[in-house]
Amino acid sequence: MKFTLSWLKEHLDTTASLEEVVAAMTMAGLEVEHVADPATKLAAFSAARIVEAVQHPNADRLRVCQVETKDGMKEIVCGAPNARAGLVTIYAPIGTYIPGTGITLEPRPVRGVVSNGMLCSAAELELSEESDGILELEAGLAVGAPAVQALGLEAVIDFEVTPNRPDWLGVAGIARDLAAAGLGRLITPPAVPAPGAFPCPITIRLTAPEACPAFAGRLIRGVKNGPSPDWLQRRLKAIGLRSISALVDVTNLLSYDRCRPLHVYDAGKLTGGFVEARLGREGESFVALDGKTYAVGADMCVIADASGPLGLGGVMGGESTGCSEATTDVFIESAWFDPLRTAQTGRDTGILSDAQYRFARGVDPESLIDGIERATALILELCGGEASEVAFAGEAPARRAPIPFDPAYVKRLSGLDLPESRVFAILEALGFRREGQSVQAPSWRRDVEGRADLVEEVARIAGFDALPATALPPMDRPAGGVLTPRQGRIRTARRALAALGYAETLTFSFIARRTAELFGGGAESLVLANPIAADLDCMRPSILPALAQALARNADRGFPGGALFEIGPVFEGDAPADQRTLIVAALDPRQPRRWDGQTPDPIFALKSDLLTLLAEIGAPVDSLQVNQSGLPGWWRTGRAAQLSLGRATVASFGELHPRTLKALDVDHPVLAFEIALEAIPEPKRKAARTKPAVKLSPLMPLSRDFAFVVPISVAASDVARAAQSAERSLIAQARVFDVYEGPGVETGFKSVAVETVLQPKERTLTDAEIEAVGQKIVTAVAKATGARLRG
Amino acid sequence: MSDTETLKADLTRRIAEAGDLAALEAVRLEALGKTGAIPALLKTLGSLSPEARREQGPALNALRDEIAAALASRREALEDADLEARLAREAVDLSLPPPPRRRGAVHPTMQVMDEMIAIFAEMGFALAEGPDIEDDFHNFTALNFPPRHPAREMHDTFFLKPGPDGERKLLRTHTSPVQVRSMQRTNAPPPAPWIASGREPPIRIISPGRTYRCDSDATHTPMFHQIEGLVIDRDIHMGHLKWTLGEFVRRFFELDSVVTRFRPHHFPFTEPSAEMDVQCEVKDGEVRIGQGQEWSEIVGCGMVHPKVLENCGLDPDVWQGFAFGFGVDRLGRLKYGMPDLREMFASDVRWLAHYGFSAFSAPNPATGLS
Repeated sequence: MKFTLSWLKEHLDTTASLEEVVAAMTMAGLEVEHVADPATKLAAFSAARIVEAVQHPNADRLRVCQVETKDGMKEIVCGAPNARAGLVTIYAPIGTYIPGTGITLEPRPVRGVVSNGMLCSAAELELSEESDGILELEAGLAVGAPAVQALGLEAVIDFEVTPNRPDWLGVAGIARDLAAAGLGRLITPPAVPAPGAFPCPITIRLTAPEACPAFAGRLIRGVKNGPSPDWLQRRLKAIGLRSISALVDVTNLLSYDRCRPLHVYDAGKLTGGFVEARLGREGESFVALDGKTYAVGADMCVIADASGPLGLGGVMGGESTGCSEATTDVFIESAWFDPLRTAQTGRDTGILSDAQYRFARGVDPESLIDGIERATALILELCGGEASEVAFAGEAPARRAPIPFDPAYVKRLSGLDLPESRVFAILEALGFRREGQSVQAPSWRRDVEGRADLVEEVARIAGFDALPATALPPMDRPAGGVLTPRQGRIRTARRALAALGYAETLTFSFIARRTAELFGGGAESLVLANPIAADLDCMRPSILPALAQALARNADRGFPGGALFEIGPVFEGDAPADQRTLIVAALDPRQPRRWDGQTPDPIFALKSDLLTLLAEIGAPVDSLQVNQSGLPGWWRTGRAAQLSLGRATVASFGELHPRTLKALDVDHPVLAFEIALEAIPEPKRKAARTKPAVKLSPLMPLSRDFAFVVPISVAASDVARAAQSAERSLIAQARVFDVYEGPGVETGFKSVAVETVLQPKERTLTDAEIEAVGQKIVTAVAKATGARLRG
Repeated sequence: MSDTETLKADLTRRIAEAGDLAALEAVRLEALGKTGAIPALLKTLGSLSPEARREQGPALNALRDEIAAALASRREALEDADLEARLAREAVDLSLPPPPRRRGAVHPTMQVMDEMIAIFAEMGFALAEGPDIEDDFHNFTALNFPPRHPAREMHDTFFLKPGPDGERKLLRTHTSPVQVRSMQRTNAPPPAPWIASGREPPIRIISPGRTYRCDSDATHTPMFHQIEGLVIDRDIHMGHLKWTLGEFVRRFFELDSVVTRFRPHHFPFTEPSAEMDVQCEVKDGEVRIGQGQEWSEIVGCGMVHPKVLENCGLDPDVWQGFAFGFGVDRLGRLKYGMPDLREMFASDVRWLAHYGFSAFSAPNPATGLS
């Protein structure tokens, strides 16, 4: 919403400066977004009179002017065709920055004649897009008058109107709040009713009271429509509106002055002697004032006459009955349209007019007569004519019931300690009325529904600066920290992954549907109806594709070898319980060449990172089963595995399938792991934080190596696991240290060498005991895997 | 010169001349070995007269000891030289790079989230969570956005395609639905253990998470992060809100003198409603908080609307409190200066390395936030 200071001053008697007005608005909840103050931009410019203009000696198109300026007589070279003696125009002295050209004036000879300043056009002052000469001002203007005054320019304030305050869409409403806030006295002149000279010949019919419950109309005959007077044109232009004709300008003025949208019909073009506010009918359409044809919906409020729909009530009028220079009889509409329906019609038609904006937010239902009288007075003044009586149909929506209000509630809810008299003084200044133990809200404040709203009014006008800052009372809270174990795990995982060398990234929760389908998602229920882009149209089933594509983008920019992680949601369905949290890391395994020539398989470094991370977040790492078959198809056959706990898959890791990567346009391998956070069992709550006592044996552990021959299909971890479980009380560790296939081992078999560590507990082991354990290990591994000891 | 002295001089010279341990061993065998010169001389002592024996015996023993000592000393010198030679041979060029180790980082938005959680945790706020895909009731209706109301338009909501029952799910436009879930006591268990469920006040929670609006430019991304707060008790008023946010801002920006401005605003779910600005200035691309003439809005807040309390089954005559909502990405931008919010979600490893945080900079009351 834009307005000017002079407009405000028609409603507010104040000596406040622009800065004071802006500050008061902001602190009263009218959030100023922008102040365009030409006084700043045009401070150096002033009115000047050309005393003499003669042909430039060296240029046909230039004139050398003697100009009377605020700095005395100046010789100025000017190229404008209209530079002539006697003309009053705008002068800029040397050193001035010209906003329209972006140039700062220097004393510079023009074809041999020094120009001591500049005479300016409207374009050079950024007052218009283009101009064909220097400005021509009134001859009576005093030389030296500041340009803003000479041109009648003033500051324009633009502020954000919150949807609860349609009354701020009228300058009078702004003035009311500022007066209440102590910035001045409210002086909005009352409307002066014009007596009707004859009954209104046009009948008003309301057949859809749910859409248009009240409608006032009046005919003014014998008007002469034409351009508006300067003051009106300037007022509208200042806030960015186009002046059309006096009749139309009056409606626009009142829309911005009183938040009272009106519509004017050329009564000569109405047929049937009536206007009707009704719902639209199937198949109807009309040509609106913007020249476009709109189909009318059955939920829309239509204003019609005998010929059919003329326009959409409260949204936009029609071309067929619009006013023109030829209009002699004008019918004024001042009605009230249902806000929700008007909002919906705006959305459905895409029409966002000033009227639609106001009716959708709620115009004062008691402003119909006031508005039509103000419009009448202005039209009679500007266009002449004779007014009929006001015709009124229907009934405006009633005010809400008074709100029971105890002024002590102000302190209870806001903490502000104000005397009762101040509380009611503020409310009354805003138009509220005290009625016994209750408060009646004014008709224009349909947002006020309860006592909390009244507290807001009081606190807002008293000023939020006055609110106390009161420390929060202490509250019982868990002594051990506020995060749940799950939340703590997320936090730990983030720090652990960063320590392991992965950079955290955040990618969108929506991806392309075809990508989602590649990763087992893409269900219809997870597709967005209004995606921001076609390839961000589906809630993701996995974080892997986004990370793989991010690695590829980095590689394409010349930064291969990246490692990323993300902790975030994935969606199996649209119900709350279908959302899961995944911890996902992915890396581009192409590492820089190493001078030592070592090229370890990066998949085991990845596995190490995964196991480290799982241990850090408290997963039972030793109980996890490795399973390399039956993985989803986006994992590469033979180079991916799942870690599971019973039936639950806790994590998957490995390389992505080349086919999947190709579909993602990723042309390098990607290694990744993902952890299903919610699949990790929560740690058991213990009564005490004490750790179990540690038993540190004084006896030396000893190690024995075994080499087994097993079929190639046997997992090495099964061999180690079987060895370790052969004698749990004695075998502290069993670790694979060599795997061999080739000469010496028959085809289809491999040798797996395991180092076992025996930790005696009570006494040193005898050779016989060690031999016996060795036998047990061989037997156990043979039983579990079909292995035999390598000869 | 006696024979003994000649022998000694000869052996001493040969020991000194032994260039390696093998040569030295040869000298040792010749001098002290079973058939060596000194044992041979010692054997001759038995055939000497007692006088001669008394004279020769100690001299020969002394010779043996001296030669043994010279041999040991020479051996030590040769071994030292050998060791040094080996070490010199085994020298490596330590200017070579170690095996590459990647440097990880925590995303600045998540760092800021952790910082905010740390500050609010100290004030006794617990963390409440809820789903990103919400229903109309939790995201709008319960929060006093009436159906079809223009206030809903300000939210640029992402909708999912309507289900078979015609219900249109949406992506939450704020984390306020979690507040509703935290207040609304239903008899059913929460849909999942991690989702907040209603409880009897007093309530003091923050709800961090992803939020979504269909908007994209340098200062808006279709996905962003919020942390909202909710305090409900019998006597919580707007002064408590003002203190809480003031305290938060001081702690968050780690500055004792942050100037803030509390001004009225409008939200459907709070009444009265406010926004808080911090004073700041932008100089040479740096945002300086607590200086200058500009104001930057950082949080929307207010007293929970009585209708919201009612919609959640709380009696507004008994319970009241406040709510606030921060945009985490924007707040991070204000503190750490990322110029374009879109970069936050672009996964550029250079950006992440530059704006990211060390794994070890977890916020902590002793060391500060970052």
